[in-house]
Amino acid sequence: MWYYEKKLQYPVKVRECNPRLAKYLIEQYGGADGELSAALRYLNQRYTIPGKVVGLLNDIGTEEFAHLEMIATMIYKLTKDATPEQLEQAGLAPHYVNHDSALFYHNSAGNPWTAEYIQAKGDPIADIYEDIAAEEKARATYQWIINVSDDPELNDSLKFLREREIVHSQRFREAAQILIEERDKKIFF
Amino acid sequence: MEHTYTKYYYPYISPLDPCKPIIKKSYSTPPNLYLGFQPPNLPQYNTAKEALYKGTLWPALYDNYKKYSLRGDES
Repeated sequence: MWYYEKKLQYPVKVRECNPRLAKYLIEQYGGADGELSAALRYLNQRYTIPGKVVGLLNDIGTEEFAHLEMIATMIYKLTKDATPEQLEQAGLAPHYVNHDSALFYHNSAGNPWTAEYIQAKGDPIADIYEDIAAEEKARATYQWIINVSDDPELNDSLKFLREREIVHSQRFREAAQILIEERDKKIFF
Repeated sequence: MEHTYTKYYYPYISPLDPCKPIIKKSYSTPPNLYLGFQPPNLPQYNTAKEALYKGTLWPALYDNYKKYSLRGDES
């Protein structure tokens, strides 16, 4: 089970009213390499992986939900007071006619989130390697969003999230090493 | 050091597990995980036929995956 802390993992400030940025950020909300995919992937893989790395998947999967919340806050702030006309100018008319300004799990091209974005192969090496790849892809996505964003305060939060992807990748690489190491054999030096 | 290409772990077993627990579970760690950048001039199989059947030119990359009943899992 989880305990909930009613605050964000890192503050989210948005300086400019820029609904177009929300259109890009939704990629990290309901996209293939987004935070929802990450959280569900790790928390689901926990059950069938050697005990030494279960705790890591649990902790990182939980943190991904904290990131999901930050992304949701960004998108919400960027769109909550936008008029239908402003949303239309930002290319969000298709979203507006379906969802008003509600958030929804789809990517920036409007494709709904699907479980096909994630995998649980049951093979510990395959699963951890997928997790490493997922972290690198999420890191790249943050880079591309930062590249098209002019909002310095929003970018500060995005840089925090990018850094967390780097740390997670490092931890997953260490987990892979733990799985690969010869633990059953006597090691001679 | 010679590496093993099968590892084992012992999953948590609850006193309330409904099915007969698997005590020892195997997973694969094939040779590519240990090779790094493949060094030049590794020994090759003696015949092309053998290499074709194995799927690799180099014994160092070959992993003889055994079916489940022979992998050493224990319940």
